[in-house]
Formats: sequence, C-alpha cells, structure tokens
Amino acid sequence: MAQAPAVPHGDAADETTTGLSHRKLLMWAFLGSDCMFFGSLIATYLVYKGKSISGPLPEDVFSIPVTSVSTFVLLMSSMSMVMAYSALTRGNIKGFRIWIMSTAIMGMTFLAFQTFEFRDFVQEGLTPRTNLFGTTFFTLTGFHGAHVTLGVIWLLSLFFYSFKRGGVTAERSLDVDLAALYWHFVDIVWIVIFTVVYLFGVFEGFN
Amino acid sequence: MAQRAQAAQHAAAEVHTGHPTPKTYFIVAMILSAITAVEVAIFYATWLGYGIIPVLAVLSTVKFAMVAMFYMHLRYDNRLFSSLFVGGLALAFSVVFALIGLFRFFV
Repeated sequence: MAQAPAVPHGDAADETTTGLSHRKLLMWAFLGSDCMFFGSLIATYLVYKGKSISGPLPEDVFSIPVTSVSTFVLLMSSMSMVMAYSALTRGNIKGFRIWIMSTAIMGMTFLAFQTFEFRDFVQEGLTPRTNLFGTTFFTLTGFHGAHVTLGVIWLLSLFFYSFKRGGVTAERSLDVDLAALYWHFVDIVWIVIFTVVYLFGVFEGFN
Repeated sequence: MAQRAQAAQHAAAEVHTGHPTPKTYFIVAMILSAITAVEVAIFYATWLGYGIIPVLAVLSTVKFAMVAMFYMHLRYDNRLFSSLFVGGLALAFSVVFALIGLFRFFV
C-alpha cells in the first residue's frame, strides 16, 4: 500500500507569494502592534510622572541594585533563547532542551524578582490605588510581567513538546523562532522600562 | 595565524547560515551586560546632572538595537520584517510624543 507523502512543516511548508513565512510575518505585525501598546502605557506613565499629590514616590520605593540584577537575568535569558534556537537548527535537540529550560528558569527568576518587588512596594504603602505613580507603574510593569508569564508558559510547552517524537525538530525550527521573537521582544520592552521608569524615575531632575 | 583562521571560519559560518554563530550571540550578551553595568554606574554619577538623560537614552537605544539586530535577526532577515516592526515602533514613538505634548504642554 502506497504511503501518503510526508507533509512538510515549518519553513519547508511556507511557499507564499512573498517567499516569506506568513506566520513569521504575522508575528512581526503583532510585535509592531505590541510596541504601540507598551508605547501608550509608557506615555501614560510619563504624562503622570511627578503629578502624584501623596507618596510613596519612585525615589521612596525603587531599589536600583535589585532591579539591575533582574534586568541582567532577563538579558541573559535572551542569550540562552538564541542558543536554544541555534542548537535546534544544528539538530542538537539535547542542547536545545538545556538552553530552553535555562531560558524558562531565568524568566521565572525575573518574575520572582518582580513579585518580591511588588510585595515590598505594597508593604511600603504603594498599591495601584495609592496615587498616580502607583496606578501607572503597576499597570505598565504588570502588563510586562503578564507578557513574561505567557512567554515562560510558551517556552515550557516547547520544552515538554520536544520529548514527543517529531514534536520539535530542526525542520520545524520556525515554531521555536516565533517563541524566540516574542521572548526577545519582552526583553527589549524591559530595556526601555528599566531606563525610563526606574533610572529616570529616581532621577530628581526628570519630572 | 590560528586565530585568524578561526575568525575566517566563524565569518564563513555566519554567511553560510545567514544567522550569527553562538560565539556572536555570546559576544553580544557580554556587550549588553557591560552597557547595563555602565548605565547603573552613570546613574550614581551625580556630577553629570541633566546630562544623565541623553547618555542613558543613547545607551538604552544601543541595547534595544543590538537585541533587535542580532537576537531577533533583523540584520539578517528580510526587510519586510524590519519594516513591520520599525513601523509599529515609529507609531509608538508618535503616541508617546503626542500624549506627552498634549498632557504636559497644552494643558
């Protein structure tokens, strides 16, 4: 009995008029729209910066050394993500698993830092309802944290899926490429938040 | 001599795959870490005064661009991907400046 021809996956299946993968194109369109989403949240934070009539204010609660460490962790997670993708494209599935799990762990570490920070702020009297700073800060960083959480779930799904025969392969590397794009985007958004919200936030002249 | 051969091999690998090699990824990570360390150091350099704002903005932009170019492969991928992303980014900047302008200077 003749067997049905194998259906190509990932990059191999993408024969489009542009020659580009529609899934990848869609991901870039999504990331472009997410730029606007975070842009409006950052703008709102900046508009209301220095307009709170009562404390706590950024200089009362921010701990730059702690946030610097969590920023470093997120930057390193971006490196391990590209290492995972690189290992997969070279057919090294074991390397892929190690790197993608490292990325997920670093993502979870970042979230742990954020939870610790939020708990600390609440103990110091800053909640989303306290003042304009609290509202805009928690909304912006909360949405970023939600993006990181979604990213961690995505990475863990890929890790577990890689144990299924033919689940994650070099031929289907686009699946991992899309997750990597999302993860790096989360990283670059944090690069902006760290500078604009944290570093400028504590600088007295920036009001 | 051996180093030069290794570098040539490394460059050839990049050209062949169209994506950077793990070595490039590692170097980029080290540069990103160094820039973050410089940012934090500058933050404590109070003598810079208002000069801190443009310096931090430039460093942050460099980090952003490096991640987008090397880790997100925009430097190596089709320009249509870059256009979609940069288009969204340009709109985001417009939103930021419009909102700041509206609520900070015209109220």
